[in-house]
Amino acid sequence: MEHLIIARSLFGTTMAVHIIFATIGVGLPMMILTAELLYQKTKDIDYSIMAKRWTKAFAIILGVSIPTGTIAGLQITLLWPGFMKVIGTVMALPFQIEIYAFFLEALFMSIYVYAADRISPWMRNVSLLFVALGGLASAVLITNVHAFEGTPAGFDIKNGKIVNVDPWAAFFNPSFGINAIHVAVSAYIVGGFIVAMVAAYKMLKSESGTIVYKFHQKALMVSLIVGGLFSLFTALSGHETAQSLYKYQPEKLAGAEGLFKTQAYAPLTIGGYTDVKTESVKWGIEVPWALSFLAGNRFDTVVKGLNDFPQKYWPPLFIHTLFNAMVGIGMFLLFIAVFGFFWKKILKRDLFPKWLLWVYVACGPLSILGIEFGWIFACTGRQPWTIYRKLSTADSVTTAGNLGILFILFVAIYIVLAVTAILVLLYYFKRNPVLEDINRTEQKNV
Amino acid sequence: MDVYLAITILWGFVFIYSIMGTMDFGAGFWSMLYINRTKTKATNIANRYLSPTWEVTNTFIVALVVAIYSLFPKAAFTLGTILLIPGSMILLLLSVRSAFLVFSHIAEGYKKPLTYISGICGILIPGLLISVLPITHGNFVAFSNGRPQLKLASLFSSMNEYAFFMFAISSTLFLSSLLLADYSKASNEKDAYNTYRRDALIMGPISLITAILIIITLKSEGRWIYDKMMQNFPLLILSVFFFIAGFVGLLVPSFKPGYQGMPRLSVIAATLQYMIASYVYGYAHLPYIIYPEVTIHSSFTDPNSFRAVFVTYIVGFTMLFPGFIYFWSLFMNDKRYLRKKTKVDN
Repeated sequence: MEHLIIARSLFGTTMAVHIIFATIGVGLPMMILTAELLYQKTKDIDYSIMAKRWTKAFAIILGVSIPTGTIAGLQITLLWPGFMKVIGTVMALPFQIEIYAFFLEALFMSIYVYAADRISPWMRNVSLLFVALGGLASAVLITNVHAFEGTPAGFDIKNGKIVNVDPWAAFFNPSFGINAIHVAVSAYIVGGFIVAMVAAYKMLKSESGTIVYKFHQKALMVSLIVGGLFSLFTALSGHETAQSLYKYQPEKLAGAEGLFKTQAYAPLTIGGYTDVKTESVKWGIEVPWALSFLAGNRFDTVVKGLNDFPQKYWPPLFIHTLFNAMVGIGMFLLFIAVFGFFWKKILKRDLFPKWLLWVYVACGPLSILGIEFGWIFACTGRQPWTIYRKLSTADSVTTAGNLGILFILFVAIYIVLAVTAILVLLYYFKRNPVLEDINRTEQKNV
Repeated sequence: MDVYLAITILWGFVFIYSIMGTMDFGAGFWSMLYINRTKTKATNIANRYLSPTWEVTNTFIVALVVAIYSLFPKAAFTLGTILLIPGSMILLLLSVRSAFLVFSHIAEGYKKPLTYISGICGILIPGLLISVLPITHGNFVAFSNGRPQLKLASLFSSMNEYAFFMFAISSTLFLSSLLLADYSKASNEKDAYNTYRRDALIMGPISLITAILIIITLKSEGRWIYDKMMQNFPLLILSVFFFIAGFVGLLVPSFKPGYQGMPRLSVIAATLQYMIASYVYGYAHLPYIIYPEVTIHSSFTDPNSFRAVFVTYIVGFTMLFPGFIYFWSLFMNDKRYLRKKTKVDN
């Protein structure tokens, strides 16, 4: 394989693995906080047990998300020194501020877990809030760097030299706000649906109507409400990010939609795959005028097509499929969450049908896939640039060799980490079933 | 002037991380070594320190790397290129170490194998981390057409590199056993205290010998930095003096009945010892980051960026400061935590 391809594959794999654990790591504290607050409000001990059990799972997840995050943060310098030279000079702020977010999360995570019995319930909630805040801030800040790569600001390159540096202008680059919101709210979808996955699975495995069944049903309802609500926010913010592409990265939007000809009244093509020979999307469903409306809120909005750009600056055309997959999953999750809510609260059904529970089990992996598709779309859609129209990926990569062997080693480690994390999760929760937790707390209270 | 402020910040991070990192990796190693000796509680003490702190310590290494590329981006370019292999090795070990450390506390039935893997991976990391220092001395870096390259073979056949490597590992064991001795004393764990005190008495002199080995090998392999370090010879003597003070601190009688030694005093003395020595080393290293191609002046970031980053340092750490104090009071200074009788170390 070519040097650049291996470097991209290696870093891509690192990010793909880290994204799974990091997203859960951002989403789960929100769920724990929700459960803690519900417990304070309803005094229903089940919510307190949920918070405890999710915290344990969170601790295991952190065991992978912290090391993979450390790898991501350091490997970026090792693999992309050309990129980091520019980033270090212009865009150090988000990385720097992210450090404080890490500290916040690390300090209060330890306090929440290891000092739980020595601090007041009030302080426990504050600690948890700081953990959630730290996680959220890390996600927002790393998205800030990503936004800068797409819409760079605050510097110029003259004769190969970086000049006119304004770090705060770089920080508040045009697409920062909207991208950050999109990433943050989407992490909470994952937090919700990962919990929904486990709860639904446990409901399938326990007799309907039992204490255990009811416990998991409560968890399922909380997760559907959180997951559904944030699916809605994600969809709304996703619309805004697409409009920002129209404004700042037109060839990425054209690639995402498989649009070749620049036109007003542009159609939106759903599904299918982009065929470069016929310059069209095959097997897709065309919605007339819709793309123009989505891009600029008017049907006569002129949307630029790929043909307006030299082919060497085109993003890879498969991003159309990734884009559709991301949107499709998001819409499905929103629908299925609303459906469950409707079933339980409006139709007042006590039990969930088996097929529906299986769908919820599938929603966990689906929500993660949605995030992965979104990130791959966002990052490959920027190619061939690391910093849009300022620095190419080829100019960013390391000149050191031997990447192939490192690629193999890192992939092996990721497999080891992921597999052990899953085994440890299964091991722990098999030995500490819900029923035991419930009985134990009941005995304590009697 | 900004550039000296920047390198001082960077040195501060290196120093803080090297102290916290040695405590962290050392505690992991001791927790592994004494895992079968359940009576002395040495493993419990190590875990009691390690469990809440490793995450915070880990953040410092990320902070350190971020500080390098925010303050000296052009040095980060060269360092990133030459450190691909050693850096990746560190990352691989670090990830296994951290993950298995967490897992070992949760999967009780597999505690031993998980602790062994994380302990062994952990103790190798300081040796690899410190190897960055001899690399920056220039002997192992070739510049061809402006492209830096690491000469791995000559690195691993250098006595100087091995001296650094051994120094890192012995210092890790020395400093961590000192700290854990102090921690055991505060926790009223007499057997654990005696164990760690003995370990510190053994590792102290060994770490001093390896430090002297570094100086001797530097004389032939890094003459430029050796000569400049010798200009501060009195400070090096002062550092040795603090080492002796720390050593004596373990031998004097204690105010606490039944104990010998004042480990708190020794921890402070040893920290001062390392601080002075690393100041002498760092001062001699200036103005080079990588000898002789990259200096602090040639690699310094844009002045506007520096000012912005510097402001966040002040604001960020001021805001976090109460958090650190609270953390310290809960885990280092709270008798309820230190003197826990039951095994709640996970």
